[in-house]
Amino acid sequence: MTAKANKNDGILCVPIMDDMTIYNAQSLKETLLGYCHAGTQELQLDLSAVAEIDSAGLQLLLLLKAEAQKRGFTLRLLRHSEAVIEIFELLKLGMYFGDPVVIPANWKKS
Amino acid sequence: MSDINPALETFSQEVDELLAAMEEALLGLEGTPDDADCINSIFRAMHTIKGSSGLFGFDDVVAFTHEAETVLDRVRNGERAIDAEQVSVLLACKDHTAQIIQHFLFNEDEPLPESLHLQSQALIAQLTGQSAAAGGMPSTQEVKADHFEVDDNTTDSSDNWVISLAFKQNALRNGMDPLSFIRYLQTLGKINEVIITMPTLPRIEDMDPEDCYLNFKIAFSSSADKKTIEDVFEFAEDDCDITILPPNSRQEHYLQLLADLPEDQVKRLGEMLIEIGALTEKEVAHTLNEQCAEDNAGAKPLGEMLVDKNILQQPVIEQALKKQESVKQKINKESNYIRVDAAKLGYLINLVGELVISGAAMRLMVDKHGLSDVDDVASTMSHLVEDIRDTALQLRMVQIGETFTRFQRVVHDVSKELGKQIQLQITGGESELDKTVVEKINDPLTHLVRNSLDHGIETPAERIRAGKPEKGTIQLNAYHDSGRIVIQISDDGKGLDPEKIVAKAVAKGLVKQDQVLSKSEIYHLIFEPGLSTKEEASNLSGRGVGMDVVKRNIEALRGSVSVDSELGQGTTVTIHLPLTLAIIDGFMVEAQKERYIIPLSMVEECVEMNSDEWQIDDSQHYVNLRGQVLPYLRLGDFFHKNKKHTHRQRESLVVVRFGEAKAGFVVDELHGENQTVIKPLGKLFENLNGIGGATVLGSGDVALILDVQGLIQHAKKQVNPTLALSSSV
Repeated sequence: MTAKANKNDGILCVPIMDDMTIYNAQSLKETLLGYCHAGTQELQLDLSAVAEIDSAGLQLLLLLKAEAQKRGFTLRLLRHSEAVIEIFELLKLGMYFGDPVVIPANWKKS
Repeated sequence: MSDINPALETFSQEVDELLAAMEEALLGLEGTPDDADCINSIFRAMHTIKGSSGLFGFDDVVAFTHEAETVLDRVRNGERAIDAEQVSVLLACKDHTAQIIQHFLFNEDEPLPESLHLQSQALIAQLTGQSAAAGGMPSTQEVKADHFEVDDNTTDSSDNWVISLAFKQNALRNGMDPLSFIRYLQTLGKINEVIITMPTLPRIEDMDPEDCYLNFKIAFSSSADKKTIEDVFEFAEDDCDITILPPNSRQEHYLQLLADLPEDQVKRLGEMLIEIGALTEKEVAHTLNEQCAEDNAGAKPLGEMLVDKNILQQPVIEQALKKQESVKQKINKESNYIRVDAAKLGYLINLVGELVISGAAMRLMVDKHGLSDVDDVASTMSHLVEDIRDTALQLRMVQIGETFTRFQRVVHDVSKELGKQIQLQITGGESELDKTVVEKINDPLTHLVRNSLDHGIETPAERIRAGKPEKGTIQLNAYHDSGRIVIQISDDGKGLDPEKIVAKAVAKGLVKQDQVLSKSEIYHLIFEPGLSTKEEASNLSGRGVGMDVVKRNIEALRGSVSVDSELGQGTTVTIHLPLTLAIIDGFMVEAQKERYIIPLSMVEECVEMNSDEWQIDDSQHYVNLRGQVLPYLRLGDFFHKNKKHTHRQRESLVVVRFGEAKAGFVVDELHGENQTVIKPLGKLFENLNGIGGATVLGSGDVALILDVQGLIQHAKKQVNPTLALSSSV
């Protein structure tokens, strides 16, 4: 299990505890898919522990965003890790996901 | 006026060339009436002549060509069609232009005679009168819309490269990470915008997270060139469709580069675009592959495909095509301007001949003294000498096509005169041969073509009765065969009647009544002086003078001529000619201590003269060469009749071929290849049997060049003397 859900009034808060890479994309997808059911109003993903993210992971995030729009629930990304921020910067994805990105004080711009 | 000033001389030369080009184009139009190149060339001729004539104040020429030009301009713009009738009128105009210009060149101050004036008017009336009628006709050429739908991205005013990446399904599994490429791309410039699409994304339940669904469109600003950007994605190319569209500012840059490209040679479109960096080699190779794959379904031109695929913008392609065209024209123009005095070329070739001989002498010295360190240098030099020889001879080579196309006019005119419908088909016009040979072959060819026109092809009525198409065909064909050029003139006319020929020959006393002749021998009789199969002589041919002259002319060029015919089906005349008269690759042999050269191209093989193996028949002089009856000739015996060979030493058999005929020469020794500079024999020895010339060897000795054709005939005669005709030496 890479993520553990906290359930509260239809709002799910899921910390992603693992890298979002091709190596665990399969299990990650199963987990995330598990949250996409009728009762979900808002899905919050805590990305603070994502030390590494690649195209497969990004693809899953995009997929989830599209799915949320389709099913009418909100997807919120929280506490982006450096790796995630770097990718969002690279691909100008901040606007697309629309979540506030907090840049930590010790952020080292590469 | 006897002396023309130099400017006028240039003018007259230019006019000659233009009119010749015009005639060729006009005759070309008969076949393909819409050919834009032909129409342009006709227009250009009239236009240029008008302009130059104006300079010299030849007002009548200007007035006349102006009318023709106006009509042609309308044809060029597709406002009127051109038909056979028009072509005839335009041909007449061409002749008329030549006439009036001639008049002014030689009688500068006199006004145009009344007759020419009237002719001008008549021709103008013919030209324009029809043009009035044809003016309302719908144009035959559709105006093709050259407007292309341009991708939105390219019309974007921002100055970005647009890079589209469509990753394939297995990209991730193959270890690709699209993000890493984009990350690397950042090092080359600034990524301004990224659009991510996932067009093939299935329902979330069916989505395989290890598949790749990502497509990127990246707006990228960078000063790097296309190749560098493409290299970023080098490792991904198997798993990704990549298109890189240059920014608009680049486009101007490309246009500039295109304009600056040197105009020294015609390049292919792809090559030009790679050179300026608008395309990369991979893109070209890829697009060409696709083009090949689509070939059956009518593939589009490369340029169109590139625009469709969003690899390049339309204006760049257009500019490149324009550039290509202008370079082509420029080169065509330039190639017309190299004029060298033929005497200078002759001198050069003589010198090269001497160079070849002294090269051989040096070679000999090197071998004699065993100078191994000089050996390398010497062989490099002999390679170079060989190249120089080939290039020097190449200088005198011209394509036979030009000679052939001249007959278009002859056929066109004569068929009208005779009331026959005849078309001329030319093939192999690109075969090359020595200029001197071309010049000398022109008369015999004209004679043969006229023969076919007059005797060969029947009138339309006769042809329909014989069940043949109304339109007769004369074919001129040329090809290279074992170091010689073969020219064929064939028609699909009534053919030669062997009985008639024999009857005539008997009447002339050329053959005896009861003499049995083979078919080819009978046909050969038409080369006898005074023999014509035509009952009546026309103003074209039929007087029985000619074929013998044709034969003599061709044999003077060391060539041969033969006829084949099928009664009612047509006649084919085949001429064999040597490519050059100066230097050949020879094969040196030795018999009775004398050296001989056989033209290498005629040597088929060399075998040991072994009586057990070849069943040599000594009395009839033939051997059984792998089941083939091969007449042979002992060179030693042939040239030294009184010195019969007595000692039985090892001998070799050189099998030579001339056209269809084969024979073997028995020699004592083989010396191998030799560059042979042909030196003509003096007057005294001109008629020697079996010898075509002589050459000087490196050692200073003289070797005789064998006349293979004559020797083969001689060898055949030995086998069966009854077959030999007195005439066929």
